[in-house]
This record gives sequence, structure tokens and C-alpha cells, in this order.
Amino acid sequence: MKRRIAIVLGLIVFAAGGALRAETDEEVEAHRSVLDLTGAFSNEGFKLRDGHWVGMVKPRERTLIAVNLYAGNQYWFAAASTEKAKKIAVDLFDENGKQLVTETYNSGEKAAAGYSPQSSGQYFVSLGLLEGETTTFCLVYSYK
Amino acid sequence: MIFPVRCITIALLAGTAVALAAETVSLPPEQLAKAIKTDAMTIPTPGELFAALEKPGKPDWAGQYRTPIPMTYRNRAQIALNLGGLIADGFIAVEAQDSQQVKNIGTDIIKLAKALGVSENVLSRGNSINEFAENSEWDTLQEELEATQNEVKTSMQSHSDQDLVILVSLGGWIRGTQVVSGSVIKNYDEQSAKVLRQPAVVSFIHSKLNGLGEELSKEPLVKSVNEQLAEIEKLVAFQPGKVPSLDEIKKLNTAVSKLMEEIKTKADAK
Repeated sequence: MKRRIAIVLGLIVFAAGGALRAETDEEVEAHRSVLDLTGAFSNEGFKLRDGHWVGMVKPRERTLIAVNLYAGNQYWFAAASTEKAKKIAVDLFDENGKQLVTETYNSGEKAAAGYSPQSSGQYFVSLGLLEGETTTFCLVYSYK
Repeated sequence: MIFPVRCITIALLAGTAVALAAETVSLPPEQLAKAIKTDAMTIPTPGELFAALEKPGKPDWAGQYRTPIPMTYRNRAQIALNLGGLIADGFIAVEAQDSQQVKNIGTDIIKLAKALGVSENVLSRGNSINEFAENSEWDTLQEELEATQNEVKTSMQSHSDQDLVILVSLGGWIRGTQVVSGSVIKNYDEQSAKVLRQPAVVSFIHSKLNGLGEELSKEPLVKSVNEQLAEIEKLVAFQPGKVPSLDEIKKLNTAVSKLMEEIKTKADAK
């Protein structure tokens, strides 16, 4: 909890593209919203990685973020957006682009995907805006 | 279901249903190639690596300690690389639940961070690390180490030291891989060996090193690290599903140990 508060307080600035800039209101909203969601995972012993991705996602476009996972760990990838999004999705693909069957959670502008890789290596988290207007998304992940 | 309890918890919290994805699709290589890659999402932390290593059984973490490293570096690239390695050492001490070792390493992290001229925020984290170590708050300590690393990087970015950020991540990755490969060699089992397949991590770090500014990339230590990384990339590129053999892990351990030693001792860094 202490850490989540610190992260929210730390939203004033963040690093992007090599330069420091203030986060926009939408970015702060999406980040705060996704941290609310990850609280449930923390209660289950998952550790929140201290890092995030934030950016714009357009309707019917897939935004991919590369991650590297370790066999044996369990992961939850959680995303949230602003209220401009009515329904979002988080999916996971392996290094060959094959979609993986994950545990999923969807609730309007929040979504998460849970996965336990059998093979270490690169995976791709996909963020999708299923309903609503172009808006800001924030992605974080937890592991144990 | 992999996470039934948690899913139910979340569903209850949000009042929504949890379901497995029904339809699957495939993405073409061109689309995968355009994926976003960032230091904060694409390079795993030492904590993630060590969490995976612990799954088959708790390793002898204390057996992976190393002697203290010098605190007298003057070359900024060398400081950044060693700082990353020290942060990985901090994770090891936390896994070993060794309060005194955590405090010793915390002190060294702050010393090296000071040498890079990072912000006061980072320096104050030294006190937090000591406090959490005194109280054996291991989970919080791990979070504090991650936060310290990120704060160091943020401070570097604000001081126009963006190029040094990848060196901190690299130092942590090399030290983490040295420890994990060393541990697997001592007590080989297939599950532990599988965590060492990390070609995309090395490829990403390598591409960032190739994009460093001219002055930094010409530094003897950075040049040498970049050259050796190309070889290490081959040593972690096991086929998916293939379990690395003991011999392959020994080769990897030799390569990363040589590189770690050079990062620690190279004297002709400018």
C-alpha cells in the first residue's frame, strides 16, 4: 500500500523518450485506475513491477508491448484507460505471434490477463480498445 | 484454472465475470517487429529472475555473495554498470533475508549513486533500506530496491545522462545471470535451467548499446561490453522448449563472469 501511494505521488513526472515531462491528466487517471486494479493481485502475493507503459490507443487498433517472462513465474498484466473507453481488452501473444489462452478479467475501462509461461522468452502484451473513443491507456504487470 | 482464488477475489471486487479467452488469433512478424520496447517493461528486474529460480526450491543465496566492489570508480559508464550489479546484489541479500548484507549493499548503492550526482530523493532511500532491513521487511525491501533503481534512472534522465540508464539495466542483468547460472550449476535441474533462455532481453540491450552517443560508445569498457554481449546473446538463445544442458550453462556462466569481472576491475576506463 505504501508503495502504491508512493507511485501515485510520483506521477508528477515520468520518463518518456529520453526526456522528462509532466504526465497529462489522462495519464494520471489511467495510471491511478490500473493501480487500483492491481491491489487485488497484491493481496494474492503478486509483486507489482515498479514500471509502467502509458500511451494512446485507438479503436480497432492493437498496441503491442514486448515483455520478457520467465518459466515458473505467474504473471498478471493489467491495463486501465480513461472513461472515454467503454470496453478494453488485454491479450498475450508468444514470440511467434500466436495468441495464448490466458485468465482474463474485463470491466469496462479496466482489463487484465493472467499467464504462467512454460517457456522463458519474449512475449507480447496486446492492448485493444473494443468500445469507446481514442484515449490513454496505462499498462503494468505483477509477478510471483 | 491457474488462479481460481484470485480470479474470484477480483470478480467479487468488481462485480464482473472472469472468463478464459475463447478465440485465438496469430499476429504476423511485421506487426510483432513494431511492438513497443522500453527499459521499464521489456527488461525484467533481478527480482523477477530470482523469483523464477526459487520455484523448484530455495537456492543457497548466501553462497552467491561476492566480495565488496571498489567505490573509487571515476568513469561514469563504469559506475553505472557497477551500480546495476550492486542493485542485483541487493536483491540477492533480500532473498537470503540477510539484514546486515542488505544494509552493507544499500550503503554502497548510495555511494555509487552519489558519485553519479543523482538526486537527493535517491540518497534518502538509503535510510529506508536500512530501516526495512532492521525490521526484516523483505517484500518492502525488494520494492524499495526496484524503486531506488528507477529513481536513479529518472535522475540520470533529468541530468541528460539518458545513455547511462541502459548501462544500469545491463549491469543488473549480467550480475543476475551470473548468479542464476552459478546457482543452476551447483544444483542442476531442468526447471531452473529453463529461466536462462533470454535472447530477446540481450538483443534489446544490445540494440540500445548500439544507439549510444559517440563518446560513450568509444569508451574501452563500453566497447568491450558491447562486443562480449554479442557472444552472450548466442549463449542464451536456446530453442523454445529446449532445456539448456549443464555444459551450456557453464559456458554462459564463464562468459558473464568474465564480463562482470571486467566491469568491476577494468582500470583503463577513461
